[in-house]
Amino acid sequence: MPIAEVPNLIPALPEIFMVTVAMALLMLGVFQREGDGAATVQTARWISYLGAITLMLALLLLLTVAGGRLVGFSGLFVSDSFAVFFKTLVLIGAAMAIVLSPAYLEHQGIARFEYVVLILFATTGMMVMISANDLISLYLGLEIQSLSLYVIAAFQRDDIRSAEAGLKYFVLGALASGMLLYGSSLVYGFAGTTNFDALAAVFHAGEGNAPALGVIVGIVFILAGMAFKVSAAPFHMWTPDVYEGAPTPFTAFFSVAPKIAALALLVRIMIGPFGELVDQWRQIVMFLSIASMVLGAFAAINQRNIKRMMAYSSIGHVGYALIGLAVGTEAGVQGIMVYMAIYLFMNLGAFACILGMRRGERMLENIGDLAGLSRTHPMLALAMAIFMFSMAGIPPLAGFFGKFYIFLAAIEAELYALAVIGVLASVVAAFYYLRIVKIMYFDQPAEPLNRPIGREIAAVLLASSLIIVFFFAYPAPILAAAAAASATLF
Amino acid sequence: MDAMLLEYLPILIFLGLATAISAIAVGASFIIARQRPDSAKASAYECGFDVFDDARGKFDVRFYLVAILFIIFDLEVAFLFPWAITLGKIGVFGFWSMMVFLAVLTVGFIYEWKVGALEWE
Repeated sequence: MPIAEVPNLIPALPEIFMVTVAMALLMLGVFQREGDGAATVQTARWISYLGAITLMLALLLLLTVAGGRLVGFSGLFVSDSFAVFFKTLVLIGAAMAIVLSPAYLEHQGIARFEYVVLILFATTGMMVMISANDLISLYLGLEIQSLSLYVIAAFQRDDIRSAEAGLKYFVLGALASGMLLYGSSLVYGFAGTTNFDALAAVFHAGEGNAPALGVIVGIVFILAGMAFKVSAAPFHMWTPDVYEGAPTPFTAFFSVAPKIAALALLVRIMIGPFGELVDQWRQIVMFLSIASMVLGAFAAINQRNIKRMMAYSSIGHVGYALIGLAVGTEAGVQGIMVYMAIYLFMNLGAFACILGMRRGERMLENIGDLAGLSRTHPMLALAMAIFMFSMAGIPPLAGFFGKFYIFLAAIEAELYALAVIGVLASVVAAFYYLRIVKIMYFDQPAEPLNRPIGREIAAVLLASSLIIVFFFAYPAPILAAAAAASATLF
Repeated sequence: MDAMLLEYLPILIFLGLATAISAIAVGASFIIARQRPDSAKASAYECGFDVFDDARGKFDVRFYLVAILFIIFDLEVAFLFPWAITLGKIGVFGFWSMMVFLAVLTVGFIYEWKVGALEWE
């Protein structure tokens, strides 16, 4: 008699689909390889389109399969509306990054189709992370994601900064994975299980008694490892260098998809299995949150390179999102979800603007190069201004609502200190966001940038700026989805 | 909990002994032995010759590639052994799990072959 029954594969159908197509694309690409440089570029371009279509099909499949709480692979894998919400964000982020990539890569002479396959694998890893219901599947998803990302960061092999970015990301990511594993082993040793539901039951049964010291140490290690992955201060050191060194479309990808996935995982593991121990981990999350907000606000002020500035800005945004986790209530989690949905479009839009900064044959990365953009490229300047205002949290743009729901949750939970520090940090951060607007609109124009900026960039800019501007008019879909999704965790 | 920890006591004792003995070995030779280094004693010893070059020489990246490919297929075999032994018990699902795993590896292998990673020159 077979002891291993066929597991329920239905919840993981989107992931299985993605992996299969990614391998098919790998084979397609490698058998198309013969030919000169132009043929390689052509292959890369149409495989990119196929990759973007794959991501959209996976999204469709995800929304078709979704419904209630589906558990598969003997409880290792769970698909609930929380997972569906975050997977949707990750898939959209990955698809937009793929759409933005070909033009840039062709220009840099690194248009090879492998990056599509790597992004597809990384996205699959993120989806496994988001759906993880066990410390084992958590680690599996995290590694599928990270290994692909290390390679993508170093994709521009001839460029020393890109190679350095890949190496730094690899070494520090491996360190973080090690810490996470060590924490997981401690939790397993003291709680006796790796399954999230079983862990929750164990801690629920022990309510009232102080949990074993080993469990707390384990949670601290898991938190530290996850803080690396979401790049929360004081575990953020890799972020600016990796963002600066990696090719820009991949930086756009790094700044949204892995962050959203890791944050989803962090929320699921902290609220789910460790939900009973909220008093033990709240201080740590509060510290991470405050440190990230303050560092994100102050360290970005001095940056001259816009990609580095965006790196510090993203550290700050993670800090705001972590307020929602420190609150630990349903409102807080809902705040995180709305925040990350808005962050996705703000950040992708801002990076699309950065990709539009090109003069002659050179990509520009300095903030000063934006001078007078409003006169040479009024539409690009307008879009950039929208994203900068939104990141600074100026109403009625979407970024304001993201911060609003987070701070509201903090006030309701009487964590006034967090909310006050958050508001103060966003005032400081507004300085460098608004400085970009000032440079674009009031400084003397430098040499004009190239035009046109490219159809793909224009499309991404248009889509994300429309979402950011008109979010206030029709926020119901995102709010309702976030409310339903956060309710599944409690 | 205590009973379980007691099972690990030998490992703790072993760790303690290992630390003590290595500390004694290194410390004693440092304290007791006479130390009069000169240039001949302190230089690297290479079978009577003078040292040819630095130990940290560069060598071809293709060696790394071969080593990494070796590890992948070595691990594959490490997975195949327990699978083969328990094949009677894990049934059809167990069989096809391994087939999927091998298929994924084969895709990777075809890729590296076509890309030319296996050609030495």
